[in-house]
Amino acid sequence: MKTDVLIVGGGLMGFSTALQLAMRATGCVVLDRDGAGRHASGVNAGGLRQLNRHPAEIPLSVVAADMWRHIGELVDSDCDTRFPGQVRVAENQAELESLEARAALVRSLGFQHEEIIGRDELYRLLPALAPHCSGALICRGDGYGRPFHALNAFRRKAIELGVHYRAHTEVETVVRDGNEWRVSTAQGEYRASVLVNCAGAWAGHIAGMLGEQVPLRPGAPMMMVTERLPHFIDPVVGAAGHKLSFKQMQNGTVLIGGAHLADLDLAHQRTEMNWRKLAVSARSVLTLFPQLEDVRIVRSWAGVEAFMPDNIPVIGASTTAPDAYHAFGFSAHGFQLSPVVGRILSQLILDRSSELPIDPFRIDRFAIAASGNTGSDRYP
Amino acid sequence: MADMKRHYQLAVIGAGPAGLAAATTAAELGAEVAVFDEQGAPGGQIYRATESIPEQRAQQLGSEYRRGRELVGAFRACGAKYFPTTQVWSLNGRREMGLVHQGRAFTVQADQVVIAGGAIERPVPFPGWTLAGVMNAGAGQILFKSHGIVPDDGVVLAGSGPLLLLLAWQYLHAGVRVKALLDLTPTWNHLLALPKLPRALLAGHYLTKGLQYKRELRRAGVTTLHNVRNLCGEGENKLQSVSFVHNGRERSLETGLLLVHFGVIPHTQLARIAGCRHVWDDSQLCWRPQLDEWGGTSVEGILVAGDGGGIGGARSAEHAGRLSALQALYALGALDRAARQRLSRMDRKWMREELHIRPFLESFFRISDDLLQVRSDDTLVCRCEEVTAGEIRAAIAQGHLDSNQVKFLTRCGMGACQGRQCAEAVSHIVAAATGKSVEEVGHYRERPPVNPLTLGQLAGLFPEETE
Repeated sequence: MKTDVLIVGGGLMGFSTALQLAMRATGCVVLDRDGAGRHASGVNAGGLRQLNRHPAEIPLSVVAADMWRHIGELVDSDCDTRFPGQVRVAENQAELESLEARAALVRSLGFQHEEIIGRDELYRLLPALAPHCSGALICRGDGYGRPFHALNAFRRKAIELGVHYRAHTEVETVVRDGNEWRVSTAQGEYRASVLVNCAGAWAGHIAGMLGEQVPLRPGAPMMMVTERLPHFIDPVVGAAGHKLSFKQMQNGTVLIGGAHLADLDLAHQRTEMNWRKLAVSARSVLTLFPQLEDVRIVRSWAGVEAFMPDNIPVIGASTTAPDAYHAFGFSAHGFQLSPVVGRILSQLILDRSSELPIDPFRIDRFAIAASGNTGSDRYP
Repeated sequence: MADMKRHYQLAVIGAGPAGLAAATTAAELGAEVAVFDEQGAPGGQIYRATESIPEQRAQQLGSEYRRGRELVGAFRACGAKYFPTTQVWSLNGRREMGLVHQGRAFTVQADQVVIAGGAIERPVPFPGWTLAGVMNAGAGQILFKSHGIVPDDGVVLAGSGPLLLLLAWQYLHAGVRVKALLDLTPTWNHLLALPKLPRALLAGHYLTKGLQYKRELRRAGVTTLHNVRNLCGEGENKLQSVSFVHNGRERSLETGLLLVHFGVIPHTQLARIAGCRHVWDDSQLCWRPQLDEWGGTSVEGILVAGDGGGIGGARSAEHAGRLSALQALYALGALDRAARQRLSRMDRKWMREELHIRPFLESFFRISDDLLQVRSDDTLVCRCEEVTAGEIRAAIAQGHLDSNQVKFLTRCGMGACQGRQCAEAVSHIVAAATGKSVEEVGHYRERPPVNPLTLGQLAGLFPEETE
């Protein structure tokens, strides 16, 4: 089969890219080794968060936030989005000061979406929160969506606009033949002018086929969901002192994440819950919401995702192969960025440049970093 | 629990016939054994309350039931550590178990694990199955065994399978009015089962027993209708009557209680979360773990014994329990190969003999596709999340072509029961709609905890671990 752009990876990034290309009348085929959204895209926590992002991601995240607010115009579905804000709670003065420094940094970069709130405003917004907190960083325009619904909406719209989707079609080899990519799979050969690597945890493998080594680490962030509870909280809650993302969904269940990793066997696609870390997660929750002590955990799971050493993604052109592009390594916070990443890739492919600053995400930054700067582990 | 250790040589999960036999065998041969069981007393579902039951009720339950006392007696004397009212909410490939006992969570690791979780009744959604007054026959039997509770206004029994007949017979002896026994087994099955009859005759005592139950029910004037179709519970919130089609005629019976039963299937949740490979058994119409002759799964050190590995009945489960214990001891280095072979010889022979009856029963009581595939769109399939068969078919029509995709989209199976009630039906519905086999369509991926666990209980684990 021959097409203009061949996209490897049927997750949100892949379909978002396919959708933007199809909107500009470009032929696309999306291949996925499993079913659509089987991994990180389908089972993540669904956070729509600008709050506390790496400075390099802020410009992208702000544009993405605007796209999410009008997501129905793009994909004919609101993807079950809600925008009750996200807060990052400080439990003592030192944490509050670090959040104030963060807010100042964001303002110095010319953005206004993050602000500090004191105790009064915090408890007005979150009356259910344990009483010991000092204040918080808040982004009032943030929220959440339902990942699998979002993925389906992007997929459906892309297919409606002519994108071809092939599930259970694993890429075996990638060969450059003249001005063309020849990609072989067990289900036959695909030929395309442009190749896009949105293969998530398997993106390092695809990059390797293009002769590009990246220090990608697959990981499977764990999540838990509780039984349904009466409505008690609106904003999504994180904390300066805990790895935590906490939200009550529309149906009353509470979704608890925080990027604690499961034990992962990628070769067999098996994850096993790490209860040692989930116990920490449960303690974090009970520190902030002690009234949930007797609430039942209904399910836990983990989705396979790609992590980069500096916890920001790779977005941009290949440095070793012509007409090849990457978008992967979102390090467990890619859901919110997905609409804008599709737009960026479509611009790179069709216009040869993007209107957004993507230099910090180039794939060869690790080769440069290896000569000195190792990058910070987590921001800030 | 003060005396629960962090590690055992052998952990046995379940204290029904398979678990009791496994634990007793291993402990008598010197292994350090812990038994974890949900119930408050040993016996499993089949021999529930066998130690405490009044003699009269034990007699009403029949002679098979009394076998439980011998098993439990030997178990009580064997030296295995026994943890009743203990729920296992997690098990992984390293044989680490998460437990809740007396309100607290624990983790325990074992060198060998025998899962003896038994069977669950096959959940079959039909119109009205969620009404108050409609229950599984097994639940009715539990009330009778544990508390002597019987329906005082009479009962309609419906479905297919030996337990239905047994329960009708037990109720008859307990003085319960059985208004009707509705047999939903397709008559066509009788022909299909015929070729399997000769082998079944090798275990003829089961057939004799079944025929005896039927004879006694007939003599007592219990109405039994065969080849019943279109079963439907009617009523506003509470069951008032049961409607069905018999001999081409629509009929209705007034009743406040309908007990249904569609056979039993292996309870596979623990083996699944541990990563054991499962296969579709088209004869038993169920998923079961892939096992070797000892009960060994695809995960090293994890064995499954008894009905949890494929339905074979209580006696067969005992043999399987002993075989799994011998294999576990062999793996532990406590038995050599020759001893394992010698000690297992009779159990292997007896288990083969016990299983002679199964192919016949499986064909005879095979559930119709109409029931499995939930033909009526209005019928609730997932009662936790209130998803109907029609919504599932709509999801399939949108291109969600396996069980997990349907689950993601509709939330079917994401409720408190963890999909226990709807997983089978969804597999069948998707298979029928896509023309694929149930095996291809697959089963929900299990998401622990598979038994209740609170945030507080989880938070109490691994206190030394920090962020």
